[in-house]
Amino acid sequence: MARIVAGIGTSHTPAIGACVDNGKTGEPYWAPLFKGYEPAKAWMARTRPDVAIVVYNDHVNAFDFKIIPTFALGCAEEFPIADEGWGPRPVPPVKGYPELAAHLVQSLVLDEFDITIVNEMQVDHGLTVPLTLLCGTPQAWPCRVIPLAVNVIQYPAPTGHRCYMLGRAIRKAVESWNEELKVVIFGTGGMSHQIQGPRAGLINTPFDTAFLDGLSRDPERLVAIEPLEYLRDAGAEAIELVMWLVMRGALGERVEEIHRFYRVPASSTAVGNIILESR
Amino acid sequence: MTAREQTEAYEDIPGTWVFDAQRARQGYHLNEFLYSLMKAANRAAFLANEAEYTRRFAMTEAQRTAVLRRDWNKLLELGGVSYALAKLAFTDGKSYQYMASRMTGMTEKEYVEMMLHGGRSPDGWRSRAERQGRA
Ligand SMILES: [Fe+2]
Repeated sequence: MARIVAGIGTSHTPAIGACVDNGKTGEPYWAPLFKGYEPAKAWMARTRPDVAIVVYNDHVNAFDFKIIPTFALGCAEEFPIADEGWGPRPVPPVKGYPELAAHLVQSLVLDEFDITIVNEMQVDHGLTVPLTLLCGTPQAWPCRVIPLAVNVIQYPAPTGHRCYMLGRAIRKAVESWNEELKVVIFGTGGMSHQIQGPRAGLINTPFDTAFLDGLSRDPERLVAIEPLEYLRDAGAEAIELVMWLVMRGALGERVEEIHRFYRVPASSTAVGNIILESR
Repeated sequence: MTAREQTEAYEDIPGTWVFDAQRARQGYHLNEFLYSLMKAANRAAFLANEAEYTRRFAMTEAQRTAVLRRDWNKLLELGGVSYALAKLAFTDGKSYQYMASRMTGMTEKEYVEMMLHGGRSPDGWRSRAERQGRA
């Protein structure tokens, strides 16, 4: 049986990718951030998952505004790296797992989640920056990846509750796949940030700390956070945090917090990272 | 909360244009223009003659003018979404951080400085009433 053994919450700030790609990780601005991710990287290398389900959002790269799927599951063999406007990131292409992805679609739709099936898709920083942070700069990514793109750009984004329930349905789907597989799930984006308007630059560290605490100890409280609360208290782009609730939902009731890191700023964002193992 | 009440609540957040379904509808052609700037050939064509290039898209005159002026907040108000607007900043050889600083009226240096000191506190920015109380 396939099992989801752990979840990783991490920001996916594009400037982090640009920093790695341009060899600037040693600069004083960036060095503490990469140091902070070392334990997570070591954990990833130890855990050696077969598959990573990466819950992320596309930032007007794979999808323009012609079609806006709320939940889109990548079912392709391979996902090319998007050119977001300054050339594609020089990272390996992302290898999918079409057989398992097809099974997830089947199971999720029967569980009343109307997933959009995507057979060709480029992936942007939302997916590649978390891989870089957790896996470094290898010749090939160490596991197969199933992208799950969530619309958090055009409001309303799916609610935290909906995301959490989707996570639970993903766990059920993975556990009904008849192959010995170690699966991890990434919830990406956030934490507090706003990159638009006169209020840009907003950061709310107490909100972020409470969110990390909640993932570890009281996810039901986080599930009840209204969309408006994310916007008002943690910035217009903090709504990305609902994607961390898909991850938390997929871990089952009991988790153990293995690692946590938090730092302000990376560009305009508060960067958070948490690793939770399913118990 | 009904969809209508939700929109009213969005409008109560100062310094923010929430990209909801109505604003997205107004910004559709503007955002498609911005999306086109993902291709290097289109970026070159735009930079060669900005006004002419924008006429390939069914934007309003107000949107077109805001593009030519790089009037970032106006573009947000008229339905541009920040991730798409960033492609215009990239075309100009600028970063997200530059664009965000222009939206706040700060220089990029001042903005970076604010972020290094923990960013903008939400206090005084949660609602119009809270903003007025501080002003
Ligand atoms: Fe994002």
